[in-house]
Order: sequence, then C-alpha cells, then structure tokens
Amino acid sequence: MATVFVDDRPYEMNAEQNLLHGCLSQGFKLPYFCWHPALGSVGACRQCAVKQYKDEHDAHGRIVMACMTPASEGARISIADPEVVAFRAGIIEGLMLNHPHDCPVCDEGGECHLQDMTVMTGHDYRRYEFDKRTFRNQNLGPLVNHEMNRCIQCYRCVRYYRDYAGGEDLNAFASRDRVFFGRHEDGVLENEFSGNLVEICPTGVFTDKTLKHHYVRKWDQQFAPSICVHCALGCNTDAGERYGSLRRIVNRYNHEVNGYFLCDRGRFGYEFVNSDKRFRQPVLRGQPTSVAAAHRYLEETIAKGRVIGIGSPRASLESNFALRSLVGADQFYSGLADQEAKLIRQMLEILRRSPVRTPTLREIEECDAVFILGEDLTNVAPRMALAVRQSVRQQPMETVKKLKIPLWLDFGVRDAMQDAKGPLYIVAPYRTRLDDVATATFHAAPDDVARLGFAVAHALDSTAPAVAGFDDSTLAGEIAGALKAAKKPLVISGTSCANEAVIRAAANVAKAANAALSFIALECNTVGAALIGESPLSAAFQAVRDGYADTVIILENDLYRRALHAEVDSMLSAAPHVIVLDHLPNRTTEKAELVLPAGTFAESDGTFVSSEGRAQRFFQIFTPQNDVSASWCWLKPDRWRDLDDVLAAMSAEFPELAAVREAAPSASFRIAGAKVPRSPHRESGRTAVLVNINVSEPKPPEDPDSPLSFSMEGTPDQPPAALIPFFWSPSWNSIQAVNTYQKEIGGPLRGGDAGVPLFEPAALNGQPYFSAIPPAFRPRGGEWLLVPMYHIFGSDELSLAAPGIAQLSPKPHVAVNSSDFAEGMEVEVTCAAGMFRLPVRIYPEIPPGVAALSAGLPSLAGIVLPAWGKIERAR
Amino acid sequence: MTGNFDKPLTERMHSDGSVVDLQAYEQAGGYQAIRKVLRTGMTPMEVTEEVKNSNLRGRGGAGFQTGLKWSFVPRGKDIPNPTYLIVNADEMEPGTFKDRLLMERDPHQLIEGAMVAGFAIEADIGYIFLRGEYTLAAERLARAIAEAYEHHYLGENVFGSGYSLELHLHISGGRYICGDETGLLNALEGKRANPRSKPPFPPSVGLFGKPTVVNNVETICCVPHIINRGAEWFKGLGRTRDGGTKLFGASGKVKRPGLWELPMGTTVREILEEYAGGMRDGVKFRGLLPGGASTDFLVEEHLDLPMDFSSLDKAGSRMGTGTMIVLDDQTCPVGMTWNLTHFFAQESCGFCTPCWSGLGWAERILKSMEEGHGQPGDLDKLAFQTKMWAPGHTYCALAPGAAEPVQSALKYFHDDFERHISEHRCPWR
Repeated sequence: MATVFVDDRPYEMNAEQNLLHGCLSQGFKLPYFCWHPALGSVGACRQCAVKQYKDEHDAHGRIVMACMTPASEGARISIADPEVVAFRAGIIEGLMLNHPHDCPVCDEGGECHLQDMTVMTGHDYRRYEFDKRTFRNQNLGPLVNHEMNRCIQCYRCVRYYRDYAGGEDLNAFASRDRVFFGRHEDGVLENEFSGNLVEICPTGVFTDKTLKHHYVRKWDQQFAPSICVHCALGCNTDAGERYGSLRRIVNRYNHEVNGYFLCDRGRFGYEFVNSDKRFRQPVLRGQPTSVAAAHRYLEETIAKGRVIGIGSPRASLESNFALRSLVGADQFYSGLADQEAKLIRQMLEILRRSPVRTPTLREIEECDAVFILGEDLTNVAPRMALAVRQSVRQQPMETVKKLKIPLWLDFGVRDAMQDAKGPLYIVAPYRTRLDDVATATFHAAPDDVARLGFAVAHALDSTAPAVAGFDDSTLAGEIAGALKAAKKPLVISGTSCANEAVIRAAANVAKAANAALSFIALECNTVGAALIGESPLSAAFQAVRDGYADTVIILENDLYRRALHAEVDSMLSAAPHVIVLDHLPNRTTEKAELVLPAGTFAESDGTFVSSEGRAQRFFQIFTPQNDVSASWCWLKPDRWRDLDDVLAAMSAEFPELAAVREAAPSASFRIAGAKVPRSPHRESGRTAVLVNINVSEPKPPEDPDSPLSFSMEGTPDQPPAALIPFFWSPSWNSIQAVNTYQKEIGGPLRGGDAGVPLFEPAALNGQPYFSAIPPAFRPRGGEWLLVPMYHIFGSDELSLAAPGIAQLSPKPHVAVNSSDFAEGMEVEVTCAAGMFRLPVRIYPEIPPGVAALSAGLPSLAGIVLPAWGKIERAR
Repeated sequence: MTGNFDKPLTERMHSDGSVVDLQAYEQAGGYQAIRKVLRTGMTPMEVTEEVKNSNLRGRGGAGFQTGLKWSFVPRGKDIPNPTYLIVNADEMEPGTFKDRLLMERDPHQLIEGAMVAGFAIEADIGYIFLRGEYTLAAERLARAIAEAYEHHYLGENVFGSGYSLELHLHISGGRYICGDETGLLNALEGKRANPRSKPPFPPSVGLFGKPTVVNNVETICCVPHIINRGAEWFKGLGRTRDGGTKLFGASGKVKRPGLWELPMGTTVREILEEYAGGMRDGVKFRGLLPGGASTDFLVEEHLDLPMDFSSLDKAGSRMGTGTMIVLDDQTCPVGMTWNLTHFFAQESCGFCTPCWSGLGWAERILKSMEEGHGQPGDLDKLAFQTKMWAPGHTYCALAPGAAEPVQSALKYFHDDFERHISEHRCPWR
C-alpha cells in the first residue's frame, strides 16, 4: 500500500496500481473513458487528468493522467485544482463535439457512461458551431447494433475485442477526428464474445440489438440476479423484464467467476423465455386446462402409485429434489444419458478426492501452463475459453515484470510482450477456437487423446502407468516439461469426447503435475442433477419396460435429445401416464398426457451447481400473469411453504448439499428492515402507467421466497453479492457503477462474491493413478467413429429458441478428412440412431476413421455419441 | 556564400547534384571511422563515450543527447536479442528538407554513421525508415546499401572484426505520425502508427519489444566525423555550447531559399540575411518559424539569437529542425496558421482527445475566420485549445508541436486575427 495525498488528505492506495484505480477505489468521482479494470491503462481519452505536485512545497504542480501515473508512496495530487477541473471540462467538451444530441432516442440513454461522465465533469454548454462528422453504420449481425456517430474514439472496443478476446474482424480505421471502429465490411462479428462490446463501449456505439426489438430503459426494467442457463460455468447475470417479457441479460460481476464478461450465447440466448410457443397454462390431453384441474390430475395419478420421476440437468437443484421427494428416492432418475452420467460420476469422484479445489475462472486466468484434453472450450464452455486466452499471458508477463513495466500499463506491457505466449497445449479430435494461442495442438481420436494424456502423466511421474506402444513421446515430454516448469499448471477436460479414459488421463496428469484440474460439464445443472440422482436414463426406461412404473413424470427434459428415439418412443408408449413439466414444446411434451407450464430461470427461484462445483442462486425476475410456475412449486408438498423449506429439506437429505443454503441470504434477510428492490428508483412516469384506470397503485406481488421485492421500494443500500439485481449508485447509472460495489476496483464485491463451492479439497490426494489405458485407436474399414462437434450457437437447446442465436447456428454437418468426399458434398450418415443426410465439411486435421458430427442441433438430436457409423455419398 | 569553417556533413557533395558513390566516398576519406572503431579495438562503450563527450544532440528536433540515449541500451550477455538501430528518415516536418539532401547526395555517410552507431549500441539489425515521397533518396540509398553489402561493409563480420550489421531500407506508407519515435516503431511492426506509451522507452522496449535506438539522419551523419576527428573538434565546430555544425534552411519569400551547413549557434539574422539573401524585393519580414511547422514564431526582436537548442528555448521557441519558414507582409498570418493547423489536424493519429478533437476544431475555426465567418470569442477558444495541447496533456508531441505556431501567432499577430473577425473577411484577399 502507498499513502497518496489527494487534495492534501492522505489515502491508502494499492501501490501496484495507478492513481485512477486508487482514486476510484477510494470513491472519488474521477471521470474516465479509455481505462477499464480488465483492460488496463492506455492514456487515450485524457479524461482522468489530475494535478500532481512534487512535494508539499510545490504550488504549481503539473497535469498528469491519473490512469498513467503509479500510485507511489507519498504522491500528492489534486482532483479539485481549478486548472485541472478546467482541463477535464475541456476534454469532455472535445469528446462531445461530434456526439449527436440523440440521448432521448439512444438505447444507451439513462445508463450511459458518457452521460454520467459529462454530468460529473460539468460540461453543459456547447461552444462548437461546425458540422458534426457522420459515418455510415454497419450491420454487424443479429446481436450487436452499430451507431458510429456516437463514438468518442476511446479505443476500448478494439482493445477489448482484439487484445482481450482475440477477435480479428473489428478494427480502428482512418485517423484524426474520423477514426472508424468497425469491420472491413458489413457482416456478423466473428468473435463469440462480441456482446461485451455493449458494456465495454462507454456510449451507444455498440448496443444490444436484441434489446432494441423490445426496448425499455434501464430505469423501467425490473431486474433480478440470475445465473446463465446456457452452459455449465454458471456465469452471473442480471436479467431485466417489463410487461411480462424478458428484455435482456447484462453481466453481473462476480470476481471469481465471470468477472466483467459473458459469452454471446449467455447474453443473447434469453429470448427463449419470450417465445410464443411457451406453455403458459397446463395442457391435459392436448387441451388447455386449469391449474386446479392439473393439480387434481397430478394428485390422483400419483395416488394410484407406481410413479417414477426423471430429473434434468437443466432444471434447478430444488426442482430435481422436489421431484425426487414426490416420487421417492428409488424412483428418481437424474435424466442424464447413460454415458454422460457415467462420466460425470467419474469426474465427481475425482474432484471429491482432489487435494486442490477446482479453479474458478479467475484462477484459470492466472494459470501459467494449460493442458486441454478433448475440449473445444469456446463451443462448450465459452467463458472458460476467454479465461484461458488470458492465461497464456502469464508466462510472458514475467519478462514484463523484469523490465519493471507496471502491469496495468497496457500498451507498455503489450509492446514488451509482443506475440509471446505461455504454454497452452490442446489435444482434441479436431481444431478448436483457441488454436490461435496454443503452443501446440494435437488432433486424435478420443482414445488417443487419452493415451497422450496418460503418456504426459507418465513423463511427469514415472510411477504413473506408462502407455504401451505409445510413439509420440516428444510431444508428451514437451507438455510434461511445460507443466512441470509452471507455477500454476492447469489441466482441463470434460465430457465432450464422451470418453471415460480421457477424464481419467486428465486426472493422472493433474496428480502427476500437482496441477489444478477443471472438468467441464455440458449444462447449467448437470453437476447438480448428478448429485441428486444416481440412476441414469436407461434405468428409467428399464423400470417402465419391466412394468414397474405406470406414471412417468419428466422434469424439464426432452428425452429425445438424450437417447435413441426408438428407445424413448417405446418407453413413452409403454407408460400409461406421462406428465411433463417444461417451458417449450418438444418431442417429449408431444407424448405427454399432461404438460405443466414450468417456469424458466426468469420465472423461478432456484440453485444451479456449476462445473466448478459452485452452488449459485438465481431469483425470479417477474411474476408471470399466467399459470407458469417454477417446477418445484408444481411438485412440492404443501408442508414446504417456500424456497427456504425446500433448501432445508434438501440439506437434511444431502449433507453434501448443505452449503447450498449459503448460496444466498434466506427469504427473511432484510437490510434495516427492508427488502432489496428489483426495480431502480423512481425516475420516470412508470408508476403512472395505470392511473387512467385507478389512481391508487396496485399492490406489488409478494415474494415469499427471497429477500427481493417486486418493487422499487426497499433498501437504498447495496445488497450482498448474491442479491444484486442491477448496478447503480448515485452518479453512476451505467453498468460501470460496479466500481462502487467493489472494495478495490476489479477485486471481489463488498462482502464477498456470490456462490459457495460444494467440494472442499481433500486433505491428501487420495486418487490413485488410473491404470486402464485404452489401446490405440484403429480405424475400421467401412465405418467411422462418430464423435460430437459442439456449436456455441446451436448445440444448446434453450438458446436455440432465441432468434438471434438461431440465425447464427450452423447447418448440421459432418466433418471428416477423406478424399472420398468433397467440401459441401451431400452424404448419408447411418448409425444406430438412423440415417441422416448431411453436407460434408473437410477438416484436414481430423484423424483417419474419425468423423465429427454436429451435436445437439434439432435434426440430429438423439444420436448418442460416440457411435460407429457409415458415411456414404447421398444417392 | 562560403564561410571559413569545417563542413563535415556536406563537404564531399558534388555541386552537380549527383550522388557520391562508394568509391568517391572512400576517396574522400569515407569508411575510415568504422575502420578506426573496428581495427583499433574500440569498445562499444568507448564509442558511446566519445559521442557523449561531443555533446551531439538529436537533430530531429528534440535535441536529446545522442550518447546518453545510446547509454540506456542494455548491454551484456543476458539481454533480449536482437538490438535494433533505426534511422529516422521520415522527414515530414513542413518546411524541412535537410535529411533529404544528406540521403540523396551522400548516402554512404549515413550508412557509415549507422554502422558506427550500430556498433556503439551493439545492434544486430538496422532499419532506415524513409519517407515514402523521397523516391530519389530511396533509389540512391538502396544502391548505396547494395554497394556496401557487395563490399562486405554491411552484413556478417564487417572487416573481419566479428561485428555484423544487417541494414534494411524501409519505405514508409506515409503519415507524419510515423516520424514520431514510437509511432515509427508501430509502423515498422506493421501496426497502426499510433505512438506508444513512454515508459517503457525504446532503448529497453523498442521494435518488436527489443532494445532499440531511433536516431535522426543528420544525427547519424555526424557520428563518423566525431570518431574520425574527436569529440573536442566536434564541440569546437559550434559557436555556442551545443557542438557541431547544423544544416540550416530557409523557405518563404526570401531571395535565396536553400540549405546551408553552418556552425551551430549561427544567428537567425545571419541565416536569413546573409545566406538566404534577405526578403525578396517588395515584401517585408514579419516573422519566422525557426525549425519547421511545430515551432513558435520568432519576430524582429529575436533575429540576433543564435540558432541552437538552448538559446531559442529562452525566447519561447525551439530550434526544431533548424529549417525556417519565413512569413512576409504580403501573406496572411491567419491563413498560414490555418494551413499549418490543417496539416496537424489531418496528421493526428486520432488517439488522444485533445489532439484529434481539438485540432479539428481549431482548424475549422481558423478556416471560418479566413473565410470571413469569424466570431467574437473564437480567439479565446483557440487560446484555450492551445493550452489543452500542452506537453503532458497529450499522448505524444504532435499536438504540443501544433500548438506552437498557433499560440505564437495569436501573440504576435493578434491584430490580424481581430481584423479577420471585425471585418468579416481576410484583409489579404
């Protein structure tokens, strides 16, 4: 720490940081644009100018940029000095010369950093009398809107997009007061994290195009803290609603998890909530029915006995648990497909015995050597790919430290670092979107991915089993050397290869390298579902086939995506009664006798367990004006009055889940007797909307399940991290208000970040080395090993119902490397699931005998992979 | 007009404008400095010391001590590799054409200078970063470099000494900002030519992140002579404390616009009246920019000041490149200021706000004034902008340079600005 005098008063500031960081952390309203806690300082906008004095006798001082000046011991600065106040006003005046007077019709209005900073600086009169420069805007695709006239040339967009996220198709063009930030031509932004531009841009150049379709001001939205449902990482979000429709997702800062950034699937996948196709009332035998009738039917059917329940990896812990309680533990099945359930069990077993806790995404950013086995992170767990992209900077950062360049001085660091990258090894069946920063990539069939992993473990520790007949020991040695030399090595693997040996190989490497281990699951509560239910789908099918069950209750789960259609068909037709709870119609709901309208994350409270093993609570965003209700509300016994009762029952039954109750404060939590308001303060005529009907305000709905109110009434104080519905504080209307929620900028939220880790590290590494090493993959004549290929836009079931995501989803295809086929050629893929006509994509890196098949896309759902199949030219 | 003093930089040049080739250069005593360095076993530090002792200051305009700059380069075994020497030949300062003469007429002098400087900083690779429009210089430098390679003066193991220097000619895509020391580095790396943050300074983090020295053409050309004839001799060439000779030039409505190698510290009046022949008949002197467009105007009262780095600073201006642009009474000072501001606004890289935003605004104000649409209050706005462009307020030296002609024009030609506003026209049109 360093003592820095600001206007003659001493403040403690982080000596490893710059003065802007220090001043903001101390709560000073020092305006800035180009600086961002995740991007560092470059000194472009010159907005954060302060006066710096040599010592207490220096009366003149000189103007310096706070973001470019270290917070050194004894530094003396002034924010209030009239000359520097005038300078900052001059800067904002300069920034505003060309800025349109379109705040009233600009999407950013009311949550615009430029508005906030302009007010903060005091610029209120226009002296510029000439024409403003204008630009032609670009169509950047369905997610991000472009309005260049509003640009203030702060360079944040390109620094984020190119330097941080690794994108290449956004750039700064031209010069002087006509710098254009865009693509070389119109077109969809290629980077999977483009949506963060919406929050990175301090004004309305880049805005959320999906919000534009149903635009509402920030101050007119009702928010709740939520958890992303589109992959297993559990990024924290805030979701905004008005008039019963969800309007958008914004990032909810969690220092340990997503930090400042989300992926595009997570940000823009929410529109499935608003789908016209949603079930909004119970449907009995194809006919809409009343809630009472539905409940009566449910009770009567269950009373007849012989009921089984199938849970879901995309339903909350509470909903899975409520179903389990309803049908009985022995009649509950997790809803995971067999192979996936087996893999997840294996992963959990390893994690429970691991001496190190699964790293958070922030910890992944800090790892200095990464070995990925079998995962295309960008398409499966996108936000982790962004974290790994930062990790490759760790090792070169050592050189930067030696040169004594402050790590926050972004251009200085990048000039010194140039293209140097730390070790990142990716072993997968085909190319991944992180290959551009990888030290080396190796493409192999899943068994060979595992074999290389086992060989790396053996190279690290000779007591780890050797791989018989392994002939690429050079690469294994190189990877082992990199992991050994690292201070914080990391191994990442998961279920993408659908291969148990891959997961075991990753465990061996982690043990041998004493490395952190991160396993990726596929869905938002895969880990939670596996913790609640052990039995996989085939056991449920068996129970029905054996005549054990006559009623099947299926929770938020389209079984046709998880098992062979013939098997699902035979099970559903054998069961006399099929009850399904879900959001959207699918093949499973088509077979249901009764469909109950299950609340999505937006209409429910609940908890998900991320693949990190972090239990995180999401809260209902609005009360739907229809019969939609959280699945656990449909299924719970009367004795459970609210969410806290469900949690209490669950922790009694599952000691491992006891900590889930700590994921957020209970419903009785109050701040000075008040609840936490879901809506921002009254700033508009929102409350007058109904006065033509009745001047007395309608009573807001009660929320018995959480400490949040469906209202703007409540505590003015900042709530604990798990309860932050939106970031706002006086003078800070944009999302950069998050600065005021952190003790130190860029650090943990005050009071600690949201979520609780469920798996405490074991005292010792009790995991012996796995020794079952698969033989090398041998291509079969005439048959291909079909492995899954995931798509960030398309493989996730729910986000595909969002129009923007659907538009970006690729057409189903099969990727091979074979001279028998040509790019784009139509082929027939025949496997146990049936015959599928698809175009071929030629991926030269795919090993012979292996083909990668689009996973999760609707027309290919139900192909259980890996599988052997034939690929023939279409007749 | 010839004076009775040494002119080491220009003495070999042919009067017909043809190039001094390798043979002619050697016959005139060329490539002796590098031989001396390599054959007498001088160490890099000794060469650096000699240049430091000569008080050679950077001829690109900033006047930084050359030997001192060289001494910042990390040396020894464990340093990042390679080290780069860059000759800044991106001569784009308005009114400046001194480096052009050196490169077009005596390119081997520059090459030898680069070899000695490269030896001093233990460089492995050198680049000459040349202004794109200098096509004749490009042609002659390319040929000279080829000649030097053919004779094994460049490349591996020069004169069997073990010292190697790879020298490349790079022709700029052409923006003023590429002449900024660090904008140049980004341009050479193939990036957008925005200047870099300093620190880190190029000697520790330069081209491709490696130790790098960037020196002006004229600076480098002085180096062989310092080695050949010694630091003391070089210091003695100047009339004032700043040693050496300097290429001084004059443009504008003078009788003999041109370029002359003169002792450092020659007075402004001597250059203007003796060498440039004074003002053309029928026009009167009003002021001059002493060293390119980014220096403050000097007026009559300053004419007896010596042209060197320290004297002009005291008068509130700078020697800059030493090539003056002379303003006469038949030319509108507002129009001239507009023209210069237009140039700087146009060449702003667009990175920091005071520069990209303020210069564009100032340019428009000056244009409207010149076109008769000036408003009361415009001068305050201009004066305010020049303060926004002060050194340290901006990211690099472009806007502070742009401020100099504007702020000094407002000072010395205030009435002319006022007349533009009150008469709603340019009195010169």
